[in-house]
Amino acid sequence: MKPFRILFRSINDGLRSVFRNFSLSTASILCTTITLILVSLAILVSINVNSFTKDLEHDLTIVVFMDRDSTDEDAEVIQRKIEGLSNVDSVEYASKEVVKAEMMGESDTFSAIMGSWNADTNPLQNEFTIKVKEAKGLNKTAKEIEKYDKVDSVQYGEGMVEKMVSLFGVIQKSTIVIVVALVVVTAFLISNTIKITIFSRRNEIEIMRLVGTSNFVIRLPFLFEGFFLGIIGSIIPILITIYGYMFAYDKLGGYLFSNIIRMVKPTSFVFTVALVLLAIGAIVGMFGSFRSVRKHLKI
Amino acid sequence: MKFIKIQDCYKVYKNGVTATAGLNLEISKGEFVFIIGATGCGKSTLIKMLYREEKPTKGKVIVGGIDVAKLRNGKVYKLRRKLGIVFQDFKLLPKLTVFENVAFPLNSMGLKKSEIKPRVLKALELVGLKEKVRSYPNELSAGMQQRVCIARAMVNSPKLLICDEPTGNLDPETSKEVMDVLDSINKELGTTIVMVTHDKDIVNRMKKRVILLDNGILASDELKGKYKAHETV
Ligand SMILES: Nc1ncnc2c1ncn2[C@@H]1O[C@H](COP(=O)(O)OP(=O)(O)O)[C@@H](O)[C@H]1O
Ligand SMILES: [Mg+2]
Repeated sequence: MKPFRILFRSINDGLRSVFRNFSLSTASILCTTITLILVSLAILVSINVNSFTKDLEHDLTIVVFMDRDSTDEDAEVIQRKIEGLSNVDSVEYASKEVVKAEMMGESDTFSAIMGSWNADTNPLQNEFTIKVKEAKGLNKTAKEIEKYDKVDSVQYGEGMVEKMVSLFGVIQKSTIVIVVALVVVTAFLISNTIKITIFSRRNEIEIMRLVGTSNFVIRLPFLFEGFFLGIIGSIIPILITIYGYMFAYDKLGGYLFSNIIRMVKPTSFVFTVALVLLAIGAIVGMFGSFRSVRKHLKI
Repeated sequence: MKFIKIQDCYKVYKNGVTATAGLNLEISKGEFVFIIGATGCGKSTLIKMLYREEKPTKGKVIVGGIDVAKLRNGKVYKLRRKLGIVFQDFKLLPKLTVFENVAFPLNSMGLKKSEIKPRVLKALELVGLKEKVRSYPNELSAGMQQRVCIARAMVNSPKLLICDEPTGNLDPETSKEVMDVLDSINKELGTTIVMVTHDKDIVNRMKKRVILLDNGILASDELKGKYKAHETV
């Protein structure tokens, strides 16, 4: 079949060029490798941080204590206001009688002391327990609720946790910037490598044109060259992703930063990450060569 | 309908040079035509328009029914497959054998090996170099190299062969060999040949149609023409 023969020849040509311009190819491949290792690190860290903050967020609660003279009607009004806040996931109300009953159930000592309290002498406060959707907005949501009428005080997550969450956010954003910059540099390097190949083969290309080779067939080998540069550059990052992560998981016993962050188990997701790296390598490589081919292989 | 038809054709390059100025020309199938004239008079420009290396700025150039000016870049290869081109500087690939050089156009079209081989051998037979299939270009004399180029140009069995000073780098003896090959291709296969040349002796000996250009204008067009004394460059 004609198309298959052309395809096969182009693949063959593209691969041969990779090895013919060895020093230049090596530079492109190395750059791709470094970039993809960083991409892999960025992805693995964000997956872990995300799962960790999800865990955190799940546990983060705001407890709202009502004024002692507040009534059940006040509670209803405030519950509705709280439910209207965007970051609020769930709200649970417990009157001071309910709290008392719960505490009495927890220990005999409590039970003995609290048993003598009646509705008027009960020193506990009516309270709401609120679960939020995102750790990030915890602070703001709590401050908002504190302003409400008939609210005495609020208690919420420790400052440390919030600071960590926002620090991770900053790290994640700067990693994205660095990775994007590296991807651009890689594309340029690959594009430059292809440019050199195009120049070194300009006689052949000129003859191809003169004897009636279609543009597509002339260009195809160069696209494959970029494709292979990207693919070869992704091999080491892929191995690092799969084996490196498994190794790290075993070594660290599944926790990062002395038991603060539980690592995500190295299941199928490392292979998904590996596939993403392969795809990025291939796309960056083809994009780099496409740029060069468009610029230097005009007819 | 003539095979090649050039009507009121102007070519003005980007730098403002007018290479052809209102050419009118017709060439029939099977003709052998020399294009002569002083250096810079527009000979190469004229034939470049035939294979769409250049587009006419104004006027029409029609080759085998294809309007060259209207041909889109992406379709140029279709025109080129219908003609063969031979240059003064051969343009052979040094790392390929004679066989591979001649097979080059067919290979890049994705033809099967079993289709390529007989056509390459036939083309090499046409130029008398069948026994050189395994040689590399630098192992051949200049005349042989040019014959390999002719074989490569003929491997697609084109109806038109365009030659830009094919004997420009050859001594008179080898030039004659090459001209004999071209003459037999024209006579036996009926291939139309348009050849740019500076070589007086060849033109005078062959007694073919001669088109003389002078500053981009058709100065004379004679069947069985000759170089005249004042035209020597
Ligand atoms: N690509 C080009 N750009 C600008 N000027 C050109 C180009 N090619 C040829 N010319 C000019 O056009 C004129 C005709 O050139 P050419 O057709 O090559 O002449 P010939 O082949 O008869 O020697 C010359 O003056 C030449 O300098
Ligand atoms: Mg010329």
